[in-house]
Amino acid sequence: MQELLQWVEACEADAIDEEDVIRFDHGDRTFAIYRTAKGSYYATDGYCTHEKFHLSEGLVMGTIIECPKHNGRFDYTTGAAKRTPVCVDLRTYPVKLEHNKVFIQI
Amino acid sequence: MSDLGMVIVGAGETGARAAVELRTAGWNGPITLIGKEPLAPYERPPLSKFTLISEEEPKPATILDEVRLSEHNIGWIPNNQVVGIDRVNHSVELSNGQQIRYERLLLATGAAPRKLTIEGSDTTGLLYLRTFADAVALRTRFQPGKHIAVIGAGFIGLEVAASARELGCSVTVIEVGPRILMRGVPEEIARIVEARHRMAGVRFKLGISIQGIMNTSEGHLITLADGTDIPCDTVVVGIGAIPETSLAAQSGLTIENGIYTDEYLATSDNDIFAAGDCCSFPHKLYGGRRIRLEAWRNAQDQGTHVAHNMLGASKPFVDIPWFWSDQYDQTLQVTGLPDSGVLTVCRHLSERDKLYFHLSGENRLVAASAVGLNAKIAKDIRLAEMLIHQNQAVLDPIALQNTEVKLKSLVNA
Repeated sequence: MQELLQWVEACEADAIDEEDVIRFDHGDRTFAIYRTAKGSYYATDGYCTHEKFHLSEGLVMGTIIECPKHNGRFDYTTGAAKRTPVCVDLRTYPVKLEHNKVFIQI
Repeated sequence: MSDLGMVIVGAGETGARAAVELRTAGWNGPITLIGKEPLAPYERPPLSKFTLISEEEPKPATILDEVRLSEHNIGWIPNNQVVGIDRVNHSVELSNGQQIRYERLLLATGAAPRKLTIEGSDTTGLLYLRTFADAVALRTRFQPGKHIAVIGAGFIGLEVAASARELGCSVTVIEVGPRILMRGVPEEIARIVEARHRMAGVRFKLGISIQGIMNTSEGHLITLADGTDIPCDTVVVGIGAIPETSLAAQSGLTIENGIYTDEYLATSDNDIFAAGDCCSFPHKLYGGRRIRLEAWRNAQDQGTHVAHNMLGASKPFVDIPWFWSDQYDQTLQVTGLPDSGVLTVCRHLSERDKLYFHLSGENRLVAASAVGLNAKIAKDIRLAEMLIHQNQAVLDPIALQNTEVKLKSLVNA
């Protein structure tokens, strides 16, 4: 089935601290939105691919998000799984900034 | 190196992680993973929780299924134990008679539940929890309305108690020590955990020993030292674990609260390594204090780490101990070694969420422990772990108590 992609406003640009992450829910889906120390924004699925824990409660270190439950790690800029126990990559979504707001394409 | 292979005894968390890491790190020779269970390597943490309470028939949380084993070209031998090591000829003998030669050998034999023995009692029908099969056996007994007695108020006992309550069983926890979690966590946290269990309806018998256990037509009858009788349908025993050292001992390796290793996780034989629950090792950040850990992440970290040293890396293992326990909606986490601290300060995150820092005499952070909702405490414990890793950072106890001071600002400060 073809997915219909749309740009969705997620938050104000300054709603996320530098080198941090917040949760964004849309319909029945949930996402994690990241801001790097240099001010770039990224978005991924909200839940860890290992067990259902939300990554927005985890720790951002550089371009790594660490799951708060079992310390699995992903590179949130690519979604790549970086540390056990996770072995399945995280889905990422395009992000754009407009009028100081963060939009993600989902 | 020759064309001999890497042989791993024990296909649990440690053995599985080591096998994959050996391959990832570039080892092209044979890798053999020998497990005594019939199942491919699986995660044990769910056994006391999700495996017991899930509505669907539980399945093991497999770490390495047959597809991944073959992708990594790992030879997996289930249902077998290693019965002997010939250190001179570098070979192991399996219970099926097979002999396998090794270049390097890893002992990841884990630990086994400590058995309860009471003179004059029939303890044959008591249940323990270590394997997936054990969990399935518990699950079939945990029917609503049944009375479950749990002997031992450690992590396994308490997680099992919480799961049994969630399934509608009535639960009594019996502990000979004066309080719950004597070995695992500071008293402040134990008190909060106990209160949560009492709120859920768990009954406690603390500071009392068991005089005898009898099998009855309905189940068991436990008699306490004060004469109290506790009739129950099922008894689950969680009184600690004993490292599996018999193979190492009969092979002449040094044993000291587990298989003795140096900081590189090498045993007293340079070609034999040990990792996970079965080994004791010196921790540099704690003044070389020798410790043995029974924790999921340590099993994982040491498995990954030892693979590199088996390939000649000579890197000391200095990861900070960390573990968690989930009971009901509450989680507790500990990082570092709380008993090496002399001062404890509390950061009250909220009414329910408490974070304790354990400091040495020089105000170095040696451990942190927390109880509450996972979302509230997990990140702070992780930051505390990073502070301990920074050579046990010297910190101001006042700042640690102050929730206005972000922990992240102290890391690398």
